[in-house]
Amino acid sequence: MNKQSSGKKALNFLGANSVPIMFIVIIAVCIPIVGFSPTFLLNEIVTRLSRNAFLILSLLIPIMAGMGLNFGMTLGAMAAEIALIFTSDWQIWGIPGIVLAMIISIPISAVLGLLCGKILNAAKGREMITSYIISFFMNGVYQLVVLYMMGSIIPIIHNNIKLPRGYGVRSSVDLTRIRKSLDNLLAINIGGVRIPMATILIIVAMCLVIIWFRRTKLGQDMRAVGQDMEVARAAGIDVERTRLISIVISTVLAGLGMVIYLQNMGDMATYSSHSQIGMFCIAALLVGGASVDKASIGNVFLGVILFHTMFILAPAAGAKITGNEVIGEYFRVFVSYGVITVALIMYETKKRREKAGIGQQLAAAQREGGVTRA
Amino acid sequence: MSEQIRTDDSILVRVHRALKDFGVPRLIIAAFLLLMFIVAPFTGVNFWSQVTNVFNRFSWNAVLVLAMVPMVHSGCGLNFGLPVGIIAGLLGATLSIELGFTGPVSFLMAIVISTPFAILFGAAYGGLLNRIKGGEMMIATYVGFSVISFFCMMWLVLPYKKPDMAWGFEGTGLRTTFPIDKYYGGVLSNFLKIEIGKLVIPTGALLFFALLAFLMWAFLHTKTGTAMTAVGSNATFARAAGINVNRIRMLSVVMSTWLGAVGILVYEQGFGFVQLYNAPFNMTLPAVSAILIGGATANKASITNVIIGTILFQGIVTMTPTVMNGLINLDISEVLRVVVSNGMILYALTRKTEVSR
Repeated sequence: MNKQSSGKKALNFLGANSVPIMFIVIIAVCIPIVGFSPTFLLNEIVTRLSRNAFLILSLLIPIMAGMGLNFGMTLGAMAAEIALIFTSDWQIWGIPGIVLAMIISIPISAVLGLLCGKILNAAKGREMITSYIISFFMNGVYQLVVLYMMGSIIPIIHNNIKLPRGYGVRSSVDLTRIRKSLDNLLAINIGGVRIPMATILIIVAMCLVIIWFRRTKLGQDMRAVGQDMEVARAAGIDVERTRLISIVISTVLAGLGMVIYLQNMGDMATYSSHSQIGMFCIAALLVGGASVDKASIGNVFLGVILFHTMFILAPAAGAKITGNEVIGEYFRVFVSYGVITVALIMYETKKRREKAGIGQQLAAAQREGGVTRA
Repeated sequence: MSEQIRTDDSILVRVHRALKDFGVPRLIIAAFLLLMFIVAPFTGVNFWSQVTNVFNRFSWNAVLVLAMVPMVHSGCGLNFGLPVGIIAGLLGATLSIELGFTGPVSFLMAIVISTPFAILFGAAYGGLLNRIKGGEMMIATYVGFSVISFFCMMWLVLPYKKPDMAWGFEGTGLRTTFPIDKYYGGVLSNFLKIEIGKLVIPTGALLFFALLAFLMWAFLHTKTGTAMTAVGSNATFARAAGINVNRIRMLSVVMSTWLGAVGILVYEQGFGFVQLYNAPFNMTLPAVSAILIGGATANKASITNVIIGTILFQGIVTMTPTVMNGLINLDISEVLRVVVSNGMILYALTRKTEVSR
């Protein structure tokens, strides 16, 4: 009896964590094939962890509020890029440049988040597809602003940022003088692995803030709204406002995260840096074992490590196995999309099963009630 | 009584109601296109060559937009999984060429070969959508992406040998883009082509679309077609009436997928190239927004919506670059296309009447 239940438990554990386990298997197979040195691999993982973790943390709050995966985090990334264009133009570099970029990004992100939240409130039950389309829509607006208005309406001083035609921003903005200035602050070296302490500290602080936030009144409200909007409304919670705030916070955090991301990269592709960021962050979070309605800080870190290890290994493994590096690159894109697809399917089937379960319970209760009455 | 109230309505109220029915975004887009046509001659752009462009673009894209109709009718929402059909079409195209068919026959064979793939993929895709009712659009989007990226690997791995398609020097994998002049390029567009001065009408392609559109219209008036509409407007009611909802939905997805496959072949014959790898990523959203611009909603779409929508959308896409360039020497057509197409989808997603199911 006991043995059976523990077996069942193990099966349940496997079922609930199938995605992370699948990734561990892929990685375990790839590592010996590729033959990277442990130091190289660890260095890469730490770099990517510090680069991406903050961005992925920004996804947690909308999930808490029941709004699913916030594909609109791209808006925050765009705000950060606009901020970095300005700080580069004003030639404020190093830590002051990063701090200033973060400060400038906040109001832009907040306005975009407000807009996004308003639209999502009008599309309840379809938040994900709507936020996904919003990110495309705003990408058009972003291009309009950066490619046509900057330099013509919005003043841009330096010619190395402007396109030769006199307005619009070049397709790549050089951030060499900001590059890794946050990562190099307080960096320490353990056995050949470079650890960017300042960045890690910021990420840890953010985690603590999120844990604290969950316990505040607002955080509790968000969880209530996420559980059941109607019940929350009956309990006197302003549902629309709570949802709006969750998206604004998420967008602002995504903006800050994007500044951290770009200072590590040291180069900004003006028109494409943000386009894939949402997809990769969401895929990483899901790889960490999160689902559309439930995600923890643990999922973020496990996800970054597993997903990005796969990212490092896939092209090299593809090259070794098939002799064609491009296959590995297509493979990792395929895995990213595949993971999101599987997670979405699992979420929807679970939702349906729960609905059916409630129906059965109701029917059973009715039957029992009927029996007692008879 | 109500009759009387109706006749008493002032013109203003009636205009207001008509406006509401037509939809403000649609009106703006139509007005914008009209403005483009009026301004065009003043910018030194030839009016008739512009009309020709619009005709051409319409004939390339209309079938892809038509592929939205069955799924909207059965309540599966907008077919964001169009790439599933497109991939089936690309398999048909590449296999037909690989097997050595040329000229018009290669077009016919591409359709024939892609059909079993479309049915197979469509059935799998439809079966999946039946398990996740209510969340179709998001999942369809990502199913489409997954299929595209899976086939990115397949185009490299599959043993295609035809030198017109495969990379010559490496000997493995297909090229990203290759011309199909020797095969079915222009096979429909050049059929019965009418040329009057600068105006060229791709009659064959238009007729082919008309044929498919007529078949779709006829199908929607058959018993099965009516059942499909019933499922889309109220699934519970349809089930009570003895309709097998899942089967009908499956049928609609297979139809949409097959039309997607044929649609991409029609697009290619007009465009003159086959595009593989990441190209299908850019096909879905224009088709979705075109049918929405044409007046469709997430659960209602007609052939008229397809025709009007494709003309308006493709009209804007073709007119703005030339007119804007002539006018202010500034090409913002790409930005405009992104904003208009996604704005239209957003508008449809946020309308209250369409959210409720």
